[in-house]
Amino acid sequence: MVAAAIAAQGVVHKLAVRDLNIRYGDHVALSGVSLEVREHEIFGIIGPANAGKTSFLKALNRMDMFDSAMRVDGTVEFNGRDVRQLRNVYALRKRIGVVFPLPVGLPMTIYENVALAPRLSGIRDRAELDVIVERCLTRAALWDEVKDRLNSLGSLLSGGQQQRLTIARALSQSPEVLMLDEFSIAVDPVTTMRIEDVLKELRSEMTIVLVTNLVQQARRLADRTAFFLDGACVEIGDTEALFEGEVQNPKTRDYIEGRFG
Amino acid sequence: MFEATALNRRNDRTQALFRMLFLLMTLVLIVPVLIILTTLIVKGGPVLSVDFLFTSPTDGMTAGGIFPALFGTIWLVAVALLVSVPLGVAAAIYLSEYAPDNWMTRVINLAIINLAGVPSIVHALFGVGAFVIFFGFGTSILSASLTLAIMTLPVVIVASRESLQAVPHAFREACWNMGATRWQTIRKVVLPNAVSGILTGVILEVSRTTGETAPIMFTGAAFFLPFLPQSVFDQTMALSLHLFVVSTQVPGVPEALPYGVALVLIAMVLLMNSVSIAFRMYLRGKKKW
Repeated sequence: MVAAAIAAQGVVHKLAVRDLNIRYGDHVALSGVSLEVREHEIFGIIGPANAGKTSFLKALNRMDMFDSAMRVDGTVEFNGRDVRQLRNVYALRKRIGVVFPLPVGLPMTIYENVALAPRLSGIRDRAELDVIVERCLTRAALWDEVKDRLNSLGSLLSGGQQQRLTIARALSQSPEVLMLDEFSIAVDPVTTMRIEDVLKELRSEMTIVLVTNLVQQARRLADRTAFFLDGACVEIGDTEALFEGEVQNPKTRDYIEGRFG
Repeated sequence: MFEATALNRRNDRTQALFRMLFLLMTLVLIVPVLIILTTLIVKGGPVLSVDFLFTSPTDGMTAGGIFPALFGTIWLVAVALLVSVPLGVAAAIYLSEYAPDNWMTRVINLAIINLAGVPSIVHALFGVGAFVIFFGFGTSILSASLTLAIMTLPVVIVASRESLQAVPHAFREACWNMGATRWQTIRKVVLPNAVSGILTGVILEVSRTTGETAPIMFTGAAFFLPFLPQSVFDQTMALSLHLFVVSTQVPGVPEALPYGVALVLIAMVLLMNSVSIAFRMYLRGKKKW
């Protein structure tokens, strides 16, 4: 009933992607992808390697700008604005936090890792930065472990801690969207579960796009899930329904049940 | 089952033979270095003194010290560095961080490689044509240092570019994804982590510049000057040229004098090299990732 009412009014999507094509030279990484991400949902993307999942994320925050071989066409709307027409792509990236497959602790102190982006946006006040650093580290479930050594190098933390540091850094500019690209690939199972708990809490405040190599992780976290295969979006649906077997394409079921991938 | 066969024994002998051969060749490499150093220390050591370093040559350069030449070499190297380091590091940053992979970048890279291959005497003649005559700087420290700077520019560029490239790409992507511009990324993350490598390259360049003779011979170094240079538009004496002069151009020089000059020159270069090596070892010790 409620869903129907919203649909009637026209849902405002956080992200709307239409006919997205991505090429690297002659190689087609993604073709004809159209999908919407709703506000405050966790949108899962699953699929085997080379399905175009990472390229998809890069198109969302215009990282193609830094890759001369990458060609993108189609439209990507963020809050209804076409990001490909935006002049200030830096402001766009500040609203989209990104977490990579391999943790990246920058070779500076833990404090500076989190304070870097706010500083670059012009925040100079030490007290204000202190608040941001503590809040972000707390939300990333890392504060208790590092609060006594904020001045030691972030790049020397363990892998799991560095990944949470990366999340804290992604949160440092209060983004509206958080994109995670296979965040658990280099992280131990305990840290993975802690980060999953973090994501569940963050859902109330932001929209999360979760690319994952673990099908069960999508099941645990995602409200809706898309299945990418060979550069195409094969299926989008409510996560529960997909895992119950309500699929349009038999390959989705095969992948979910672990028959290939 | 583990007894050596005839084939095993022959293989063992061959392998021992080659090991000896390579060891001998390696030792041959060290021999000239040892001979040069011991000769210089034995023959040049006795003339070394504080006076030798801090007084001028006297009696038609057959006696006295080397102060004007030492002073001039430091001047030449310092001015050359002031020019080549900013230029070289800026070029390296452009090539490493900004340049797209297109034909122009490839031409620039080719030019740098070729610049490194130009013989120093050709640089010298270029320096005469460009700085002494065309820009009208005359034979002066400025002309000589600019010539040295251009000659050593490829070294600075290549060393700097390599240390920039050694900073993991993931660091840059992390910054870009946070909405940092290329320049913010370079200033906050790339440069601070590349600066040690760049400095090492610079120190090596200094040691190279110190010994160069041909490029300064026609552009600013003088045979003999009774006074010290007052500005970069004056000529100066230089250690490397002074060595050439007292060894071959002046009659009646006591045998020990040129050895003393050579010893000072080589000591300067070795000192610089050891500083660079020590510095690199120190930084390797506190690696950040």
